[in-house]
Amino acid sequence: MSDLAAWGWDTLFAPFADFAFMRRALVATLALALSAAPLGVFLTLRRMSLLGDALSHAVLPGVAIGFMVSGMSLTAMAVGGVLAGMLVAGMAGLVTRFTALKEDASLAAVYLVALALGVTLISGHGTQLDLLHILFGSALGVDTSGLLLVAGVASVSLVALAAMYRGLVLESFDPVYLAAVASPGQRGWVWQQGFLMLVVINLVAGFQTLGTLMAVGLMMLPAVSARLWHDHLGAQLINASLQAALSGTVGLLLSYHMDTPSGPTIIGCAGALYFASLLFAPGGWLPRWWTTTHRVA
Amino acid sequence: MVTPAAVTLSNLTVSYQRHPALHHISGSFLAGSLSAVVGPNGSGKSTLLKSIARLVPPDKGNGASGQARTLQISVTPRRIGYLAQVAELDKTFPMTVWDCVALGCWTGVGAWGAVTVAMRDGIDGALHGVGLQGFEDRNIGSLSSGQMQRVLFARLLVQDADLILLDEPFSAIDSATSAALLTFILQWHRQGRTVIAVLHDDALVRTHFPDSMLLARELVAWGTTADVLTAANLARARSMAEAWDESAAVCDVNAMAKPLA
Repeated sequence: MSDLAAWGWDTLFAPFADFAFMRRALVATLALALSAAPLGVFLTLRRMSLLGDALSHAVLPGVAIGFMVSGMSLTAMAVGGVLAGMLVAGMAGLVTRFTALKEDASLAAVYLVALALGVTLISGHGTQLDLLHILFGSALGVDTSGLLLVAGVASVSLVALAAMYRGLVLESFDPVYLAAVASPGQRGWVWQQGFLMLVVINLVAGFQTLGTLMAVGLMMLPAVSARLWHDHLGAQLINASLQAALSGTVGLLLSYHMDTPSGPTIIGCAGALYFASLLFAPGGWLPRWWTTTHRVA
Repeated sequence: MVTPAAVTLSNLTVSYQRHPALHHISGSFLAGSLSAVVGPNGSGKSTLLKSIARLVPPDKGNGASGQARTLQISVTPRRIGYLAQVAELDKTFPMTVWDCVALGCWTGVGAWGAVTVAMRDGIDGALHGVGLQGFEDRNIGSLSSGQMQRVLFARLLVQDADLILLDEPFSAIDSATSAALLTFILQWHRQGRTVIAVLHDDALVRTHFPDSMLLARELVAWGTTADVLTAANLARARSMAEAWDESAAVCDVNAMAKPLA
């Protein structure tokens, strides 16, 4: 029995108890799971599942300028990234509001220009290695300032999402009704822009500390799976956060024991949960295949 | 005593890509009136409701002669209820029937106010009124289009609006449901609210709607229903083409309203 307990300790807890970098990675991953996954649910509801990818590229010129100004400084690159992301989201919002283009089209156009600018800046002023580091940060390399950034962003983002929940739900569900009833300060574009800003700061926080793949993956994969489990939005949001936290924890442990890169392993775990959801969730394949009876009313 | 106007249009013109959907419309909907807006497809009926609900902006200026901007629409009531054609909301959104109806409280509570016990009772009452008690926790995605339309009527009931705009409220709805919904419209009228509805059923309009407006992008006729829905007027509305002439000349009507026929 004590063998089993010792094995359990060694497998599940020792990595975190023994190594500070594992503890920091765990806290950063859990914070991101808490704040980014619910945003992902709203992105899928608004049929903008691919927006995370687009925005994570859009922040590149800002990160590059931050890097050029103060070298490998997390603060400078994060500030640059947030400013670039907000600029891109804001410009796309303006284009949507004042021209015939829809949200996705205007965003695609603006982010591609931003990405081109970012690559130009980086290749002109840095080495290939820097670019790789900026694009694929590592969960195991999170230092204290990175941890503070992720925790701070997660806190701000959770409170802000709670504050704009009602407006965002109505703007996603029935924008025409919102436009007809809302007072000028609560019009649709206010919620839409506020939401995009939250997505940007979450992506930048995740992207700087954990890498692009992790940031977008933890935002979207659990969100997509969560939609298969519940009909109610609140339950979907909680489910998404739980799935993200579970994949983060299990992924970190797996990457520790099997010596695999942490980011892809975590996303692999989220992917495994997604395939399990596809099969077993109420909205998935097996329950539909299994259900052969129906009620009388 | 003169009844005040709820909505006044002065030379209202709304264009999409410089082609007018509504062309120099002038007149008033009186407070407390019950009006139908009729006309062939593409005659600007929905655009009229949207511009009253401030969802589409009127054109600037009054044509090539370039008069100064004038106020083309003045709407007195503060609380406006607008029922769009059903297709415009996202039925796949995870939203329960009760929550959807509760959105009618938005005008009172905004984004952060609390929904009071009285409002909750109002929501339950509205759901009961449209015959959807027991549907509270159902997702709106599981409703038929007729049930969805009843949910939206319940939301309008909760909204307690002074001016109610209905865009084809009875399209794709069986006769029993539309009869039930019609009683709400007549009840709003008795309560002194201003109601403007876009309708295609001329018989229904003749029976229940005291006032009518006949549109064919231009105003064909506007007044009591008996005077408006005459065979001559309807034929004239039909003959006014749905044309979209790419080479149409730029309109140069002066700031004056077009004379009514």
